[in-house]
Amino acid sequence: MNRPKLREYAKPKHIKDYPVGPCYTAGHLVTENASWRTEKPIVESNKCIGCFYCYLCCPEGVIYKKDKLVDIDYAFCKGCGICARVCPKKAIKMIREGEDHEK
Amino acid sequence: MSKVRGTINAGNITDKEFFYGHKACAGCGGSIVVRLVLKVLGERTFTVIPAGCMSAVGFVYPQLCFANNAIISTFAGTASMLSGIAAGAKALGLKDYHVVGIAGDGGTADIGIQALSGAIDRGDKIIYICYDNEAYMNTGIQKSGLTPYGAKTTTTPAGDNIPGTLTQKKNMFEIVAAHGIDYAATASIGYIQDFINKIQKASQVDGTSYIHVFAPCPTGWGAPLDSAIDIAKEVVDCGLWYLAEYENNEYTLNKNPKKFTSVEEYLKKQSRFKHLTKEDIDRIIISRDKKWNLIRSKWSC
Repeated sequence: MNRPKLREYAKPKHIKDYPVGPCYTAGHLVTENASWRTEKPIVESNKCIGCFYCYLCCPEGVIYKKDKLVDIDYAFCKGCGICARVCPKKAIKMIREGEDHEK
Repeated sequence: MSKVRGTINAGNITDKEFFYGHKACAGCGGSIVVRLVLKVLGERTFTVIPAGCMSAVGFVYPQLCFANNAIISTFAGTASMLSGIAAGAKALGLKDYHVVGIAGDGGTADIGIQALSGAIDRGDKIIYICYDNEAYMNTGIQKSGLTPYGAKTTTTPAGDNIPGTLTQKKNMFEIVAAHGIDYAATASIGYIQDFINKIQKASQVDGTSYIHVFAPCPTGWGAPLDSAIDIAKEVVDCGLWYLAEYENNEYTLNKNPKKFTSVEEYLKKQSRFKHLTKEDIDRIIISRDKKWNLIRSKWSC
């Protein structure tokens, strides 16, 4: 597993359910960030040359390598558009959220 | 001390993510720094984050966005907590690990400078990263010791009487180097490979290392969401920031631009500098040239 997975948060019902100290499991994710987005990046794989520059520049780490190209974890992408702007081949375009109904 | 490895780059850097699902503003420069530092150092890294953006966005209970061992320190105590962790890890006989602190500009140059100075003095084996977004962003964009001349913040508003911040940016890199530290460097997220190389170098130093990395904050600077990387590149190209290293008591300049790009163009892209007049910009250019004359005459280029 390369990225922490989303898990369900069991709401504490009793005082015993709370952790004893102010510590918690590392990489414990219970909410997504997808709803922050107004635009979403789309990778055009025919233009992508697999330089992985977008992968390094992504503040969220949602871009990952897949078959020598890149793919995006939309659950945590905030749609900042850095990937589209830095791509040397302009292989990533930003579209308005909801415009890709055919998918 | 881990074994000396080959250069880390986009192709061979670990696929694992150690800073994921955080709540930083979209396009945050600081979170690029945290993510890359942890990816280069790897899983066996103890991370200390003081009060500031990265602790506010990384530890939102019960969402824990650090996938390695991470802890929040007091604002002033990043470096002293690093010293404590380093001593503890040594006492436990741990092998092959890193101790890294990632603090903002306020937590480094103002509030945490005393603890940092002490840690460098002791020569503890720690890595200290300062991500410089030139103001206290987490609390609402107040001026810090690293806010440059002319920048508008909520505590230094620009108006008829003053052009925003009146003071100069503290020279944190040389303050740290003046301690005779084992390794210090400046970097920028606009030159990512250079930054990665420096993190790697810092991880192999047997002593204290410090990296000062320029990390734009689109929210606080009034710049588009997607501009962090471009601004961080432009600031180096126009000469208002430099890429340098200090080791073995010597300064080395890593990038010596033959010709600077326009300072005005760099400034006018950010609304915190929108109000600056021609005279203010000339003043900034004069102080830049003075700095570069000094760098070029004294440092090895």
